[in-house]
Amino acid sequence: MALTKADFAEKLFDELGLNKREAKEMVELFFEEIKSSLEEGKQVKISGFGKFELRDKSSRPGRNPKTGEEIPITARRVVTFRSGQKLKARVETYAGAEQ
Amino acid sequence: MTKSELIEALAKKQPHLALKDVELAVKCIIEKMNQALSSGKRIEIRGFGSFSLHKRSPRMGRNPKTGETVALSEKHVPHFKPGKELRDRVDEARENFEIMD
Repeated sequence: MALTKADFAEKLFDELGLNKREAKEMVELFFEEIKSSLEEGKQVKISGFGKFELRDKSSRPGRNPKTGEEIPITARRVVTFRSGQKLKARVETYAGAEQ
Repeated sequence: MTKSELIEALAKKQPHLALKDVELAVKCIIEKMNQALSSGKRIEIRGFGSFSLHKRSPRMGRNPKTGETVALSEKHVPHFKPGKELRDRVDEARENFEIMD
């Protein structure tokens, strides 16, 4: 099962003693704050985790994979994530079952 | 935006909480994400995106300094797929904001 906002809120409730409403609100605001920063063009660097970067892509020719029809892909701004050294190192050794 | 700026911004929006508590909460959320990914668990946040692991097959690599061939074993790397709301908001605002750190 994937982790969701509810799991994060529960962790804040269990470990920090925030009440359920505060915990839920904190989790909402955490992700909302990152979204609004990125919306305003500000990249977000979270040490110990990674960096959310922005990239402006110019338009390029594309294709509908089903019909083969050519359709231009418009210019756009996209979000990419680069994991930090610490997270990379922790994940690299993961050898368990596929998700 | 850095982690400490994120903490400050969140504290401003929750004046009923002490700065210290907001700081602990942020660290707690980040640690939970790190733990989940390092145990192979996906994270799905609606409107924000999902984090998962991508497998990298074992391959022969090269030491760029010496040119020597080295065997690299299979590994996993974190992957983030932005959610629809984040994708749309970032793209729609692109003409109003320059990209900055």
